[in-house]
Amino acid sequence: MTFLRLFAAFAKVGVLTFGGGYAMIPMLEREIVDRHGWATSEELMDYYAVGQCTPGVIAVNTATFIGYKVAGNLGGIVATLGVVFPSFVILSLIAGIIQNFADIPAVKSAFAGIRVCVCVLIFNSVVKLWKGAVKDKAALALCLLVFFLSVFFDISPIVFVLFCGTAGVLLTRWGVRGK
Amino acid sequence: MTLLLLFFEFFKTGLFAVGGGMATLPFLYDMSARHPEWFSAAQLADMIAVSESTPGPIGVNMATYVGFETSGVPGALVATLGLVTPSVIVILIVARMLKAFRSNKTVDAVFYGLRPCSVGLIAAAGILVVKIALFRFDAYAASGIFTDIFNWKALALAAVLLVLTRVVKATKKLHPVVFILASAAAGVLFSF
Repeated sequence: MTFLRLFAAFAKVGVLTFGGGYAMIPMLEREIVDRHGWATSEELMDYYAVGQCTPGVIAVNTATFIGYKVAGNLGGIVATLGVVFPSFVILSLIAGIIQNFADIPAVKSAFAGIRVCVCVLIFNSVVKLWKGAVKDKAALALCLLVFFLSVFFDISPIVFVLFCGTAGVLLTRWGVRGK
Repeated sequence: MTLLLLFFEFFKTGLFAVGGGMATLPFLYDMSARHPEWFSAAQLADMIAVSESTPGPIGVNMATYVGFETSGVPGALVATLGLVTPSVIVILIVARMLKAFRSNKTVDAVFYGLRPCSVGLIAAAGILVVKIALFRFDAYAASGIFTDIFNWKALALAAVLLVLTRVVKATKKLHPVVFILASAAAGVLFSF
């Protein structure tokens, strides 16, 4: 029963979250803290903070945390499946529909317009992330280095992630951080 | 074989994309470059828009969409599971030592380096969308006229959207889906 309730609660959070990330917090508060009492607001913020600095999608990470807390390893897995289930159904349907309509000229024009919007949305999220990520000169240097190398050379993102993780440790140890 | 490869590709993405939904974007571009038969960079721009306008976390939505484009419903399932598997494993381990993890100096130092990395990667992926959406390098290559490089209608729309999402107080806080729908309408209306 617990597993079913976990799955249902997180599927609901998945359906009602548009855009992911921070948009999910109010939904989690209502469903997890108020309705089921599976975690306190403070715990939720803790999970969220850790979810941001562990690999993967934040919403999924938070779901795994809460599921684990409520019902152990299997609970973590069930909550995760719950939160991705709506995406899976909805996106499969939409992708199927779009494939069939993609060649209509009006649809093509609509997507050309949408692409412009995507540029602006990505720009806005870069600005938002920048504020939290680039707080000193060393971080600025890392960010620009990654940006230019990634634009001009064909290097896998994995290389940058490994390099910057190591650089973070070394810069902190050398006392460069924060200057 | 494609399904196995798809799982592996998304497993890698889930393992190395740190910092939320958009962080998966550079990995998806990398994927489209290495597996052009799966999906193109232009298609990816459309997938971002759809993922932003539908319920669910963006990263998961993009994985499902890309998986579906590549090999239908099984592809969607495999890509989504591939994306979440590494993070489930990592979180189940971290959950056992949450306090120690949060106060660990090395973990903190690693993320001090990873955050700017994530911003740089997303910005670089954004440049690829900009190239497709706002410029017309193919038209310039064909005509040789310099002004043909710019997609003027698109640039005008981008300027309007920038003002609406960053400057105007009344529209700044609106959900992205509003701007996506308005842009689709503008695209049809002014035949982009």
